[in-house]
Amino acid sequence: MQKKSTEVLVIGGGVTGCGVLFDLAQRGFKATLLERGALSMGTSGRFHGLLHSGGRYAVNDPDAAHECIVENQILRKVMPHCIEDTGGMFVSTPDDPPEFADEFYQACHKVSIPATEISIEEMLRREPLLNPKIRRVFTVPDASVETWDACRSLVVSAAEHGAETLEFHEVTELLKEGNKVVGAVAINKVTGETVTITADLIVSAVGAWGGRLAAMADCDVTVHAGKGTMIAMNYRMVNTVVNRCVHPSGSDGDIIVPIGTVAVIGTTSVRVDDPDNYPIEEWEVKLMMEEGEKMVPSFRKFRALRAWAGVRPLYQEKGAASDLRAVTRKYALLDHSPRDGVDNFVTITGGKWTTYRMMAEDTVDLVCKKLDTTRACRTAETTLHNPHGESKYHTLGSRLQKLETGEFDGQLICECEIVTRNQIEANLATNDRHIINDLRRDLRVGMGPCQGGFCTYRVAGLMHKNKQLTTQQTNKALVDFLQERWKGMNTVLWGQHLRQMQLDEGIYMGVLGLDKLPPGLSGIDEKRVAEVETEGYYEVS
Amino acid sequence: MTTSHDLDEITLSIWEQVQHSADLCVKCNICTSFCPVANVTDMFPGPKFVGPQAQRFRNPHEISVDDSLDYCSGCGVCSMVCPHGVKVMEMNAKARYKLYKTKKWIPLRNRILGRSELLGWLGSPFAPIANVTLKLKPLRILIEGIMGVHRDAPMPAFSWETFRGWYQTVHKKSPQRVISDKKVVFYHACSVNYYEAFIGKAAIAVLEHNGYEVIVPKDQVCCGLPMLSNAEFDAARQNARTNINSLVRYARAGHKIVGTSSSCTLSLKSDYRHILDMDDADARLVSQQTYDICEFLLELAQAGELKTDFQPINASIPYHSPCQLRAHNMGLPAIELMELIPGIQIKHIQADCCGIAGTYGYKKEKHDISMAVGKSLFEQVKATESDVAICDSETCRWQIEHATGTKMIHPVQLLAQAYGLT
Ligand SMILES: Cc1cc2nc3c(=O)[nH]c(=O)nc-3n(C[C@H](O)[C@H](O)[C@H](O)COP(=O)(O)OP(=O)(O)OC[C@H]3O[C@@H](n4cnc5c(N)ncnc54)[C@H](O)[C@@H]3O)c2cc1C
Ligand code: SF4
Ligand code: SF4
Repeated sequence: MQKKSTEVLVIGGGVTGCGVLFDLAQRGFKATLLERGALSMGTSGRFHGLLHSGGRYAVNDPDAAHECIVENQILRKVMPHCIEDTGGMFVSTPDDPPEFADEFYQACHKVSIPATEISIEEMLRREPLLNPKIRRVFTVPDASVETWDACRSLVVSAAEHGAETLEFHEVTELLKEGNKVVGAVAINKVTGETVTITADLIVSAVGAWGGRLAAMADCDVTVHAGKGTMIAMNYRMVNTVVNRCVHPSGSDGDIIVPIGTVAVIGTTSVRVDDPDNYPIEEWEVKLMMEEGEKMVPSFRKFRALRAWAGVRPLYQEKGAASDLRAVTRKYALLDHSPRDGVDNFVTITGGKWTTYRMMAEDTVDLVCKKLDTTRACRTAETTLHNPHGESKYHTLGSRLQKLETGEFDGQLICECEIVTRNQIEANLATNDRHIINDLRRDLRVGMGPCQGGFCTYRVAGLMHKNKQLTTQQTNKALVDFLQERWKGMNTVLWGQHLRQMQLDEGIYMGVLGLDKLPPGLSGIDEKRVAEVETEGYYEVS
Repeated sequence: MTTSHDLDEITLSIWEQVQHSADLCVKCNICTSFCPVANVTDMFPGPKFVGPQAQRFRNPHEISVDDSLDYCSGCGVCSMVCPHGVKVMEMNAKARYKLYKTKKWIPLRNRILGRSELLGWLGSPFAPIANVTLKLKPLRILIEGIMGVHRDAPMPAFSWETFRGWYQTVHKKSPQRVISDKKVVFYHACSVNYYEAFIGKAAIAVLEHNGYEVIVPKDQVCCGLPMLSNAEFDAARQNARTNINSLVRYARAGHKIVGTSSSCTLSLKSDYRHILDMDDADARLVSQQTYDICEFLLELAQAGELKTDFQPINASIPYHSPCQLRAHNMGLPAIELMELIPGIQIKHIQADCCGIAGTYGYKKEKHDISMAVGKSLFEQVKATESDVAICDSETCRWQIEHATGTKMIHPVQLLAQAYGLT
């Protein structure tokens, strides 16, 4: 068993955990982060991609709205390379209450959100596919944000200050001495090894899993999981974030976010029991297609690429003990010492992606207080390291431009998303895992219209060659990735995408005979084979 | 799940704009394997890439970044072969417009090549002088240096008199002119007007022989395709509007509009609507009523209304079906029609493109690509050892004649000959 020690241990590698890690490191703490999967694999990687202007909350939650606009302006400065400055619109369609528009406009101005009304003609000039029957339109500084780039930049910048990040390390136990938490035991999911890490203070930033983790320290924390389903449309029918001008409570599927090469519509909102298991239901898909048509009448004519869901961490205050909450905001920062009589342990949960930095600042302020030191937060002034180049807004055309100018060179491997052989080979050299999904998160491999149809076998070939994998390992990497891709397509298979799926199936089943691999060569165990037979696909861990 | 609510016409027509067809691509690569340009040069990443793939990276609010797009010749083979209805060539034309707009600069050479009508109008009165001087090598080298028009690119010969001049002053007054209830409108385009009046005359002879009165509207102008393919959409739209306004009157009266130039009739049929986004009722009506001349004549033949008093021509003649003609999606009417002539054998050359693609092969940097594209076609034509070969499209004829030395004619010239009209 491996043993390590650190000053502050952060558990959870979503945007909150990564933000806390960077803030800690920048304030001079020795910090380590443990994440059970890859960075941003939890809710942060399954969100809607919207850097809120706050407009959505202006009417019913002015505090949250104000936080959003403040953080929106800060993040534009500190991580421009993760942000596409799409701008946003709030549109009042014939299905929306007309009186809400004025209320919305006034509420925005009360919290300093620069909402501006534009004419319908101007709206159609900017976004010709929007519903011409829309009655009023307001522009706001919404944007879309790339979570993987952001989390990666945060930990890379943290590493520059000496912080360590361990991905694929799942915490299974919190170590206690008396009423103090003194460390954690984690399992390395790639090697199966156990690691024990001792620390002066532990921050739980595991989002919807917060209750489970707190229970490991005998603290009673209730975090409900609120499932939200989204659908990525293959084509950006709008290049501006489009929100319905409605009360956010009780409205589903009312935002379209253009992000990367797709436009994502979302979300639903359903409470689920298990944050690890929440199927997408047919009514959700149907509802979103219907709601999409209210904003873009031809919405359904475009191809739905895949559907996925994430779980919102919804913190529920502990009845009588609610006054023990350190901070009373939309997110919960819990100091378990006064709350539960458990020392050296802090939980941060809830909130929004947009406000992660502020949450991290509050958390690290609390850490400072508990460790009896004062160190100023500088994350609002520090531009993050961009591993891929300069600090400027991301643009949709940038990958095309890099290919055109030769900055991306080598053969094109993933054609849809423009990923070259050199990029893939450089990435493969950075870790010892054999997971094509890593390349998807880092480089966007397999995320385009063919959903891995034409690149998965090429990438598997490169892995086989560059990592000297066995045939079994290569086949397993290939099959796992296809399963993951195909699972996401299952709920949206109609029209053109069904044709795509049949072509992909023809490539892998018909030409490559993947379904006829002898069990010994496929690298897939029997349990999974059985799952495929009953479910049509298996869960990829 | 798949059914859409009814969309009104405007919404539907915006959705139908060609750039959105990128959404339909399943990445099968069929277009790339057919693209004549991608097959001969690495400078061009091919239709799938510059078309539907790059389209997903194009934000109308951002500037254009992909210069390699400019290597697309606009031949249209990709749009024709795509089994999923992706309008690749049309998408490329629109993206090129944006590219040139981003650069805020269209080379003077492109502006001039785009104005075939102006060139013709300037050249015709000086035909003998212009024709000789344009054959002088030193002058062509000079033109290449200054304007980027390749020194070896084929230059058509200007006609002494314009076709329209002949129609107005000679034909209209001729006692032999057919006047009838059966009327057809002739869209002559620039090449017939300024360079190849004889093809227009042959067309009129064949139509009149079949009992049609031929109307040549005075207010027709260049179809605008050369401007369109040189990314001058505003100018092209002006020409398109003039033509639509001129022709729609006849279309409303139920007359059909025929032309001998397959790329110009394709503009009327499709490009105005799909590339220039002029998809209104008038444009649709003109589009519906427009016919390639062989398409029109073959329909007559199929209805038993075409005269078949052909004299035999005992020859085997090679025929190249230009890409622009195939993009009409009407099969190959010229072959079926010419095969009605007794004794004739039409040898259909198996090649996709001659390489010229309108004004593409005239450009200095693209001339070599253009010749490489046409190589197989040229070799096949030469191998037939025939003195003449047939092709429907003018720039293709000039290119093939220039590359092979074989005399090139339009199918309607052969028909006129078989009818004994020449
Ligand atoms: C459908 C949906 C749409 C949303 N859209 C937006 C939006 O558009 N804009 C916005 O600002 N916000 C949005 N949100 C909210 C936002 O996504 C979340 O608030 C935010 O991502 C939470 O980040 P986090 O780091 O706290 O949690 P997570 O990202 O869930 O991170 C927690 C991490 O902890 C890890 N973990 C769990 N247990 C363990 C363990 N035992 N050991 C080690 N690691 C563990 C998990 O794997 C996970 O990676 C959305 C949320 C949902 C559900
Ligand atoms: S129009 Fe012709 S040259 Fe251009 S991409 Fe299509 S096939 Fe290739
Ligand atoms: S454009 Fe058409 S032919 Fe070309 S790859 Fe896409 S679907 Fe295939």
